[in-house]
Amino acid sequence: MKGAIRLKEKEMQSQNSGELIRMPESSKQVCAVKTRRNLSYWLFLAPCLLTLALCAGWPLLKTIYFSFTDAALDSLSDFQFIGIDNFINLARDQDWWIAVKNTFIITVVAVPLETILGMVIALILHRNFKGRGWMRAIVLVPWTIPTIVSARMWAWMLNDVYGIVNELLIGVGIINSPVPWIADNTLSIVSIILVDVWKTTPYMALLLLAGLQSLPQDCFEAAEVDSIPFRKVFMKIILPLMKPTIVVAMIFRGLETFKIFDLVYILSSGNSATATMSVFARKHLVDYADVGFGSAAATALLFFIAFLSIFYISFNRKRLNKLS
Amino acid sequence: MIKAENKWKYKRLLKNTAFAGICLVVAACCLFPFYWAVVSSFRDGASIFSTDLWPTHISFENYKTVFKDKTFLCSFWNSAAVATMTAFLTLAVCLFAAYPLARHRFPGRKRVLMIALGVTTLPQVAVLSGMFELIRVLDIYNEKAALVLSYMIITVPFTLWTMTNFMRSIPKEIEEAAIMDGASQSTILTKVFLPILGPAIVTTGLLAFIAAWNEFLFALTFTLTNQARTVPVSLALFSGASQHEVPYGLIMAASVLVTLPLVVLVVIFQRRIISGLTAGSVKG
Repeated sequence: MKGAIRLKEKEMQSQNSGELIRMPESSKQVCAVKTRRNLSYWLFLAPCLLTLALCAGWPLLKTIYFSFTDAALDSLSDFQFIGIDNFINLARDQDWWIAVKNTFIITVVAVPLETILGMVIALILHRNFKGRGWMRAIVLVPWTIPTIVSARMWAWMLNDVYGIVNELLIGVGIINSPVPWIADNTLSIVSIILVDVWKTTPYMALLLLAGLQSLPQDCFEAAEVDSIPFRKVFMKIILPLMKPTIVVAMIFRGLETFKIFDLVYILSSGNSATATMSVFARKHLVDYADVGFGSAAATALLFFIAFLSIFYISFNRKRLNKLS
Repeated sequence: MIKAENKWKYKRLLKNTAFAGICLVVAACCLFPFYWAVVSSFRDGASIFSTDLWPTHISFENYKTVFKDKTFLCSFWNSAAVATMTAFLTLAVCLFAAYPLARHRFPGRKRVLMIALGVTTLPQVAVLSGMFELIRVLDIYNEKAALVLSYMIITVPFTLWTMTNFMRSIPKEIEEAAIMDGASQSTILTKVFLPILGPAIVTTGLLAFIAAWNEFLFALTFTLTNQARTVPVSLALFSGASQHEVPYGLIMAASVLVTLPLVVLVVIFQRRIISGLTAGSVKG
């Protein structure tokens, strides 16, 4: 009797829902269904994988390939293999090392600043207060403004003669005479860091806020009941629990800052004393039409990034395991 | 007793005032540059050099000039078209891909997610020369298609992760009910998941749109003529008759026009955008 019912169920299911949940007759059939299903998953994935292969995989390999050739921009199909000459020249190029140094300085200074300021904003947004929605929207504004626009806006504000920043600083009495924020090489780096921090702190704040919100909230309540001062709560509860989030966010921001291009391109306009690695690579690749050398610089940048990425991905692996 | 209560009240008031003060400082720092751009954009002629913090007299001269500028209008249209196309294409590709990644376990799944994560860390210059060659081969240099193609490298990996995360949050029961009713996999995706995912699609689409709207390096490299440029590029190349005479008023007016649509979108969708940027992404 039971067997008959089961058989009927099986029939119904196979009629109704096709392949998906048909009762397996044997292990062989299970295998066949599984393979077919896996195949259908790959069909779903195919457009995405093809896109990634076409616009990331292929150009990336091609760039690395070009870095061993003497290709020029107007003769991309006619070039010669010259081994590691480009890399040797790159290592000898003083401007390249200036670019490397600038990139490192910007990253090492900007990322911790962003983290600290982002933490402050995240703590503000974590509190329940009137107008929190507005505050969140306001904080997002710098992130929304296109980088080129913020670069131009700041270039205007930092203008040495007519800029409002000099005017305000003189008014407050911090400086006595106008400062050439953009013309001076050192100050130009300072300006780039300032604008980068202004622009990306909101993003950092959001990442940290998400981390804050995923902490067990009863910790905070318990601390409040025991009237523990905020400073202690921050040092003993929030900071230790947030450590993984902070590390991942900092590495991620570090990776992004390492690639910095737009801001530097606008604020330093081709000056090699304030260039970063990306700016250097593009300048040689496009402006000087030296695809081989430019690709070598890009590949070198890629190595720096790959090194950092390994850290980033291994930290994210934990999250990936959670996802699966 | 009363004294103690008063003291407590006083302390609370002080704390709240300090908090409000910090909020105000943060808000001022975030908004001031944009505010200053708006104020400057309303100043024409020599009054642009005024450093009064409040607009003294309002002139629309800069805006009129910008609207008469055919190149700028053209780039505005280019940006809108390219960003919209990028967002749609990205969504189409990622919706299908996110379905098996989010709802099923199969060999190779983790590897796909890892590759996508790896692509997000790629510097744009590292694909520049290869992409240039690809665009030459496809014969789409100086066309919108070139920009859409190259923007996919920025938008696809991020959208894939975000979409996968959103799709994972759909309860299993809904999918099971659909299976019991005899729905095939593609029916489940299009008829069951798609309507539920509406808000998530809006969020990720918006993020892809913003990323494409703001992109600069590819747009600068893969376009040549004024007619093909996007807004960031034409803004970057905007300069006056001579090197020393930068038309800041015009630039500020153009900047405000470019940013306003984005700011409005973000203020309206801020909750969703935040959820997309954080809960959805790996980057938290």
